[in-house]
Amino acid sequence: MTTTPSTESLRDKSGPIVKIVELRKSFGDLEVLKSVNLDVYPGQVVVILGRSGSGKSTMLRCINHLEKPSSGAVMVNGEVVGYRVKGEKLHELRPNEIARQRAATGMVFQSFNLFPHLTVLENLIEAPCRVLGRPPKQVREEAMKLLRSVGLAEKADFYPSTLSGGQQQRVAIARALVMKPSVMLFDEPTSALDPELVGEVLEVMKELARSGMTMIVVTHEIGFARGVADEVVFMSEGRVAEQGPPSQVIDNPQAEATKTFLRSLNERRDTPVQ
Amino acid sequence: MESAKATSHSQHTEAAGGASPALTPDQQTLAKETVPLRHHGRTVAAVLLLLIVANLVHSMVTNENFQWATVWHYLFYPEIMAGLGRTLILTVVSMTMAILLGILLAACRLSENKVLQGVAGAYLWFFRGTPLLIQLIFLYNLSALYPRLGLGVPFGGPELVGGPTNSVLTLWTVALVGLALHESAYMAEIVRGGLLSVPKHQTEAAAALGMNNLMAFRRIILPQALRVIVPPTGNQVIGMLKYSSLVSVIALPDLLYSAQMIYTQTFETIPLLIVVSFWYLLCTSILTVFQQRIERYYGRGVAGHQSTAKRGRIGLGGPRKRVRTTLSSTTAEEG
Repeated sequence: MTTTPSTESLRDKSGPIVKIVELRKSFGDLEVLKSVNLDVYPGQVVVILGRSGSGKSTMLRCINHLEKPSSGAVMVNGEVVGYRVKGEKLHELRPNEIARQRAATGMVFQSFNLFPHLTVLENLIEAPCRVLGRPPKQVREEAMKLLRSVGLAEKADFYPSTLSGGQQQRVAIARALVMKPSVMLFDEPTSALDPELVGEVLEVMKELARSGMTMIVVTHEIGFARGVADEVVFMSEGRVAEQGPPSQVIDNPQAEATKTFLRSLNERRDTPVQ
Repeated sequence: MESAKATSHSQHTEAAGGASPALTPDQQTLAKETVPLRHHGRTVAAVLLLLIVANLVHSMVTNENFQWATVWHYLFYPEIMAGLGRTLILTVVSMTMAILLGILLAACRLSENKVLQGVAGAYLWFFRGTPLLIQLIFLYNLSALYPRLGLGVPFGGPELVGGPTNSVLTLWTVALVGLALHESAYMAEIVRGGLLSVPKHQTEAAAALGMNNLMAFRRIILPQALRVIVPPTGNQVIGMLKYSSLVSVIALPDLLYSAQMIYTQTFETIPLLIVVSFWYLLCTSILTVFQQRIERYYGRGVAGHQSTAKRGRIGLGGPRKRVRTTLSSTTAEEG
C-alpha cells in the first residue's frame, strides 16, 4: 500500500477527522448499508466509487446526519454525530444540537440546491451570519473573496436561476466553504451537469484539494479520482469492497465488483478516461 | 409577381450588408418576405363588443331609473361611510386572525404528531363543512348552550376568569371570531399547499449548512412558500371583504347592512345598491393592485420573472434593512 508522504505525516500527527464505525442503514426492509467502516484523515481526498444503489450517497448523508444511521456511528472531529455518549448508551441529540454539529461539515449536492429566492451573495452569507453569528461585513468580504476564487464575483447580485448549472454548482461549493467546515462532502457534484460544464466544477474541486481541504467525494468521474484522490473507496452492496490509492483500486483492482464496474464504465465511454 | 419577389429579396441581402451572392434554386424558393396572418375574426369580435359596451354605457347614463343624483347623494353619506369603515375593520382583523390561525393549523396538519394532525383535520372538516351563515348564527346564540364562558380548571373545577356568554361574546366578537374561524380553515389548506410546494432539497440544503428547524423555516422555506401562498390569499381577502356582509344576520351594520337600513325606509333600493357596489369595487381594485405587487416581490428568483436578472430595489420585507423601502419599483437594477 502506497500512501503519499504528506498524508502519512498527517496521520501521525492526529487521528481521523471522520471516523465511520460499523455503520448500518435500512430503509424499511431494504438494507442499504451493511457494516461500513472508514477513516478519513485531515487533508485527505477520499473518492467513493460504486454502482448506483451501492450505498455511497447514503453513507455520505450519514456523515452529517441527513440520514439517521440504523446502527453504528459516525464521528467528526472526535464528536459522535447525532448522539451523546452516556455510559453504555448513545442518547439522541436535540435537533438544535445536531444543527450545530452540521456546521462542521460542508455539503455539495447533485442538484446544487441553491436558495432560489436569494441572490448568489445572499446564498453565501445567510448561514455564517445566522448560524455562526459572525459580523455580516466580514462575512460579506470573505464571501466575495470565495466567489472570486470560483470565478463568479460578477454574479454576486444575480439570482441562481439565471446561472448555468456549472456556475450554480460553483456557487454551492463557495456557499459550503464560507462556513469554514473541517470536511467537505460532495454528493455526485457533476452528475446533473451538461458534459461541457463538468470541467469547470472539477477544476474548482481540484483547486480545493490542493489547498489542503479534507474532502469525501461520491462521483463517477474516474479521471478526477485518479488525478486527485489520495484514497479510493469502492463500495458494493452496502459494504466497502475495496480501498486504497487510485493506482491500486482503479488501475489494478482486486475485487470482482470493482473490475466489473470499471469495465462497464470504460465500455460506456467512447473515449478512454484521461 | 416574380419580379416583386426578386426585389424584396435583393433588399434583404443588401440590408445584410454585402454583394448578393448567387442563390441556389432552393434558397430562391424559400428566402422571401413573410406576411403575417390577418385575424379578421378578432377584428369583427372587437367591433361588436365595443358596440355592445357603448350601448350599455349609453343606457346607464340616459335611463333615469338609475337615479344618479340619488347615488351621488348617498355616496359619502355618514351612515354609508361608517358601514364601509366597519366592513374594512371586519375584513382586516378577521383576515389577520385567520392567517395566523391558518399557519398554526397547517403546522399541525404537517406535524408528525398524530393527535395534532387529527385535531386540525377535524377542525377543517367542521368549519369547511358547514355554511358560514350557520356558524355566525350559532356563535351568536351560544348562550343558549353555555350560559357562562370562562377559563378555569376543566371538568367542573374552579373558574379563573369568565362571565355570562352574552357579555363575553359581544356583537363584534361574534362577527370577528365567526369570520376568522371559518376563514382559517381555508387559509390552513392554502398555507399547507404552499409549504408542500417547496422541494425537500431546500430543507436539506439549509440543514447541511447548520440551520436549525426554525431558522430554515423562517429564512428558506416560508419565503419560497409565500410565492404560492400569496395569490390565493389575495383571493381570500377579496372574498372576505364581500362575505363579511353576512354579519348583517346578527345586525352588525356593515357597508351592505347600512345601505339596507336606508333603502327599507326610502325605497331607493337601486341607487343605494349602486353606492355599495361602487365601494366594494373600489376596495377590491385597491387590494388587487397590492396583491400584484406582493406577488411580484415573492416571485423574485423564479426563472422568467421580470425581477429575476439581478437584485432590484424591492421593498416589503426583503432580507435585512430593505424592509422599509418602497414597494413600487421592481425594475432590475443594472450595474
